[in-house]
Amino acid sequence: MLVDVHAHFYHARTPRADWRERNVSRLTAGARIGISVHVASILGSWGLTSPIYFPSPRDVTAGNDALLALQREHVDRIRGYVCVNPNYTAHARAEIVRGLDAGMIGIKLAASRRADDRLLDPIAELARERRVPVLQHIWQHRRRDWPGQEASDAVELCTLARRHPDVRFILAHIGGGGDWLHSLRAVHDVPNVYVDLSGSGVDGGMLEDCVASVGVNRLLWGTDLTMDTGWAKLRYLELLLTKEELALVRWKNAARIFPPGAFPTD
Amino acid sequence: MTPRIDVNAFLGAYPWRKVPGTSPEMLTNALDRVAIDTAWVTHLPGLFWRDPTEGNAWLYETARGRFQPVPTVHPGLARWEQVLSDASQAGAPAVRCDPLYLGLEPAGEEMRALAAACGAARLPLMLAVRLEDGRQRHPNDGAGDLPAAAVRALIRSDDQLRVLVTHADRSFVEEVHFGSTPDEARRIWWDICWIWGPPEDHLATLLGTIGVERFVFGTGQPLRLPENSVAKLDLLDLSKEQRAAIESGNVKTLTGS
Repeated sequence: MLVDVHAHFYHARTPRADWRERNVSRLTAGARIGISVHVASILGSWGLTSPIYFPSPRDVTAGNDALLALQREHVDRIRGYVCVNPNYTAHARAEIVRGLDAGMIGIKLAASRRADDRLLDPIAELARERRVPVLQHIWQHRRRDWPGQEASDAVELCTLARRHPDVRFILAHIGGGGDWLHSLRAVHDVPNVYVDLSGSGVDGGMLEDCVASVGVNRLLWGTDLTMDTGWAKLRYLELLLTKEELALVRWKNAARIFPPGAFPTD
Repeated sequence: MTPRIDVNAFLGAYPWRKVPGTSPEMLTNALDRVAIDTAWVTHLPGLFWRDPTEGNAWLYETARGRFQPVPTVHPGLARWEQVLSDASQAGAPAVRCDPLYLGLEPAGEEMRALAAACGAARLPLMLAVRLEDGRQRHPNDGAGDLPAAAVRALIRSDDQLRVLVTHADRSFVEEVHFGSTPDEARRIWWDICWIWGPPEDHLATLLGTIGVERFVFGTGQPLRLPENSVAKLDLLDLSKEQRAAIESGNVKTLTGS
């Protein structure tokens, strides 16, 4: 069993003419890697009619609808995060309820609002009520604002996580850019923050530091936009960890934090 | 079994963060781990020294057996031509110069002189676009990425020069390849370590648009996990011949061997 906790799909109302090919490519590569379930999100219109990281409510709904359709089409392989923009609190909460009721299994927060902002509290509260994890897009050690997103870093996510100790938060793509050492130091003693290993970065020493900083019980395997790097990290983990530890990272930790029954053999 | 040659590896410590596995023994273990037969290696700390060639003597002593030395040349220092001559004498498959780490104009007078000398000596010149993702560097690591324009300028500056570019992404490769004449493009080889696989399929796209013959197997280890470059190939639908070309065959045309 192998769960990819950080996947994305595309749909027709995005700027990408090749959206079908990219979706097929993810599923094809996933089969070759041995991915059992892709837990995915769609960030609105991916920039077509509102910004990727600041999706309009209409685009949020359309993106979630597209993902729900994919989940229905590939019921054995795809699960969805409900993507929301917390600046629209009522819409975000309603969308979470709608998505989870329809079978989605988590919440995706991209970069529409800083993670430590109080506007995220109603989202976190709903995550607690529905017992689903929150995947938070992270810029590892954000030293300044970057255009196009209100990115958060690990310190800001930890502030939110400490306010909501009963909610499981997933720190996105430790290899996705920025100073991952800074993030690992920040999340060390915050037990409800899990580290997703996805991202294009395959730095030597990064996985050892992940294990040392948070332990194998808080690591989740994923790919994001580069499945080759995900597979490389998995291959390296096969040498670094015992069989039991590897099973935690491959799927057991995910099975523990997502709702019961989220995955086929769960 | 086709041999697998890693054209992009390093020995020695990295100054900006702790990197495990930098000793010759540990790098040998990594080669075994991912079934790499031979690695072209550069002395990593030397890249950051004022005179990077001071690392070359150790490199020549160490790079034996499965390692082949790729010494660093600094064309802004006196007697750099001797370093090039030493490399030829030592049978180095290539020399490297990363101008932005040395404070050189990437396609300035010194680099053009080096390009001409490499062309005359029939030694490929290796250039890295970057060693680390720009978003994660140490605050004091201010070296910029190699500009694509510099590669275009260098390959145009000498018609005998052959260049190996490492750590380039899809857009960089395309900009240089399609911004060069066919003859110029035929003298440039690219390592695959920084090119994305699925679902974006940048590597598959480039193999189709630019040609399998332009790409060689490189990892960037130990700064990067060598498993990544193997995984990229495992995710492609390549014929046995195409894979062999990338893993070793194209290196022969690069080095003229």
